Amino acid sequence: MPQSTFTMGNNNEMMSSRRKFLKSATLLAGATIGYSWLKSSQILLFAAEPKDETLPWYGIVIDIEKCIGCGNCAKSCKNENDVPKEPFFFRNWVEQYTVKNDGSVIIESPNGGIDGFKQSVPDEDIFKSFFVPKMCNHCYKSPCTQVCPVGATFESPEGVVLIDEKYCIGCRYCVQACPYGCRFIHPVKNVANKCTLCYHRLKKGLAPACMEVCPTGARMYGNLRDKNSDIVKFLKEHTTQVLRPNLNTGSKLYYNALSSEAR
Amino acid sequence: MKLYIPPQLPRLALAFAIFISLFLIARHYLVPPSFGQYGHYRGDALADNALPEIHYAGQNACFDCHQDIQDLKAADVHNSIHCETCHGPGQKHVGSAEAADILKPTGREFCGRCHSMNAARQKNAIFQIDINKHNTGKNCIECHNPHSPWETIMK
Amino acid sequence: MEQHFKDLYDILAHSQGYIFPNEIDLQWGILIVIYPFITGLVAGAFILASLERVFKVKILKPTYQLALLTALAFLLVATMPLISHLSQPQRAYEIMITPHSSSAMAIFGFVYLWYLMVVLLLEIWFDYRHSMVVWSNERKGIMKWVYKILTLGVNDISPRTVKWDKKLGYIITVIGIPSAFILHGYVGFIFGSIKANPWWSTPLMPIIFLFSAMVSGISMVMLIYMVISYIRKKAIEVDVLNSIGKYLFFVLILDFTLEGLDQIHRIYEANESFEIIKMLVSSKLYITLFFSQGLFGTIIPLITLAFLQFYKHHIKLRKTMYFIVGILVLIGVYSMRWNVVIGGQLFSKSFSGFTSFKVGLIGLDGTMMAAFWLLLPFAILVFLLWLLPPWKMVEEPEDDE
Repeated sequence: MPQSTFTMGNNNEMMSSRRKFLKSATLLAGATIGYSWLKSSQILLFAAEPKDETLPWYGIVIDIEKCIGCGNCAKSCKNENDVPKEPFFFRNWVEQYTVKNDGSVIIESPNGGIDGFKQSVPDEDIFKSFFVPKMCNHCYKSPCTQVCPVGATFESPEGVVLIDEKYCIGCRYCVQACPYGCRFIHPVKNVANKCTLCYHRLKKGLAPACMEVCPTGARMYGNLRDKNSDIVKFLKEHTTQVLRPNLNTGSKLYYNALSSEAR
Repeated sequence: MKLYIPPQLPRLALAFAIFISLFLIARHYLVPPSFGQYGHYRGDALADNALPEIHYAGQNACFDCHQDIQDLKAADVHNSIHCETCHGPGQKHVGSAEAADILKPTGREFCGRCHSMNAARQKNAIFQIDINKHNTGKNCIECHNPHSPWETIMK
Repeated sequence: MEQHFKDLYDILAHSQGYIFPNEIDLQWGILIVIYPFITGLVAGAFILASLERVFKVKILKPTYQLALLTALAFLLVATMPLISHLSQPQRAYEIMITPHSSSAMAIFGFVYLWYLMVVLLLEIWFDYRHSMVVWSNERKGIMKWVYKILTLGVNDISPRTVKWDKKLGYIITVIGIPSAFILHGYVGFIFGSIKANPWWSTPLMPIIFLFSAMVSGISMVMLIYMVISYIRKKAIEVDVLNSIGKYLFFVLILDFTLEGLDQIHRIYEANESFEIIKMLVSSKLYITLFFSQGLFGTIIPLITLAFLQFYKHHIKLRKTMYFIVGILVLIGVYSMRWNVVIGGQLFSKSFSGFTSFKVGLIGLDGTMMAAFWLLLPFAILVFLLWLLPPWKMVEEPEDDE
């Protein structure tokens, strides 16, 4: 029996006002809990992602045969988006592959290819050589989205993988999980950052910056759902592949004429 | 036989109930309002991603004023190249119409970015020239109008 | 930021082969090396404690409370390296309110809370409740109220209620064993499930982490037992050491076998990542893998423990040998965490090159911060041993249940 230090008279009054307080507190708490439970089940319901068929489902094609390694794509990306110009962080970069006659492969990406490329091996030693532009593959089974602990990176209804800069906690799990190395931590904003397919331009009906400035038309983007779009026609008529198919990332970046040395 | 409940259990149950309730209440106020709208993320993040400023205007914006350049370019091999590929981001210039707000590249190195010899460039992807040998000392655009490059200007 | 870029230019100059441009900076540094080390100590110490409670290894009784309090001291600090490593630590609470169910990292908050509150705190509470009630009656002033609050007002110390303390404590310990496995196993899963990184991606990773955790926890408790006994000027019971040594020996064998199996499998299958990993192991990780982790951290302790198990000899030398084994094992497990976390980020995902790791001294993710998080648990342990001294507990009659 708990010790009571109150007299019997006061006890009843104390008890009834205490009871009233407990009752209203419990009611308030219960209502809040109940409401937040309803809200959280809404989250669970929508985790299945409603696919809005009226929205485009973006895919990308890069044609290795047409890429001349001018680096305009990488350059324009940094101009368009808020990425520091230092040679460390890129949303988008170009690699030069040189396969030598002895079978060794040299891969280079000086400043991401922004300043263009110089040939580094004399002609007589080269077996073959080509450029591979890289960017976010906007995977539809994206491993970076899978591992984000808080839901700060996600696949938008248009199939563009985006980052919520206001929500990212900077745990860097997504950077580790991306097999293509296309994510980084922004040195000023201190949150994850990557190619957004220029979502802010797509929403205004403009092409992503890198697509806008490619001089040879080596880069294409479009609606994979639209049977008449250029991109779907291209995919139908050419042999394309994605990088790291064995990892089953659902990459939507298709390369034409990609050679086996490409990483 | 009355069921014996050891005194520890009700007290512990109360302590845990209070803790869990406090957590759920705090959670209710902390979860952002648009969270879960389209999936496990803040629905407002889509709008946030659409906010950044545009820097490249797209060449249709250029053609609004520079009709003559459009016509000149359309007739020659640089017709498929968009204006901002060489001139850099043009949105500021579209707004201000100031020449200082857009680039006008002139040097050999600039043209060499695409046209210099490189074994990784397919021969049929672009016309390549050895910029160390071809008319060194002159800027390319002294002879080649960049909007109509095969029209060689005799000096 | 300028200093950060300066460091990056330096690293760029030292990178070998080709790395993807964004890989120049290591994402997970020394703080992420010590986090699994700390939770490993927690899990291992708890398993040792449960050996006494659940498996009735009576000889370990002097280390029981010590193991529990050690686990608690380290667990209280466990979150801190993670929070101080985040780029946005003030948003750390988001993991608790919107955990992404597909992310192994998201379960951290709940597994941690569960283990802290339901397992560890409850077990310590059940074990100490009787003594805390007695102390709250004996002491005066503020300490009286401290103990009163800690008892949560359950002041009944009748034999029936105390028997229930034991029963409920036993149940909690039984629940605690798989909980300890999950607490540390999920860290292994975080690494093991990253298909993008071949040094990490293996189903064996959670199990390897667990066994090396048990090894480190057991060693840590053994060392603390020896140090505390020395400080209190009490005799170190050799039988206790021999018993701990026996468990350490067998778990170390299992740990060595599992890690060996992982490497043998990798070497045999030799898939696309094999060449770069071979280079990683033979150049970047040569000292930390073969010497710190292998020779000093595993082989020498194994040989010593085997010797001590089969040859009962000099008592004085025996204690020193156990002490050295304990230290070596801890160095070995720490090196293992280093090799996994740092090693996995030194080679590029292009499998064509290496970057290098520059450990900063100052800053939220520097060495000094890491050292602070590693030393703080000992300070907490001292406090806990003062608050809840195991040697001043109320003696309860042994019941024969």
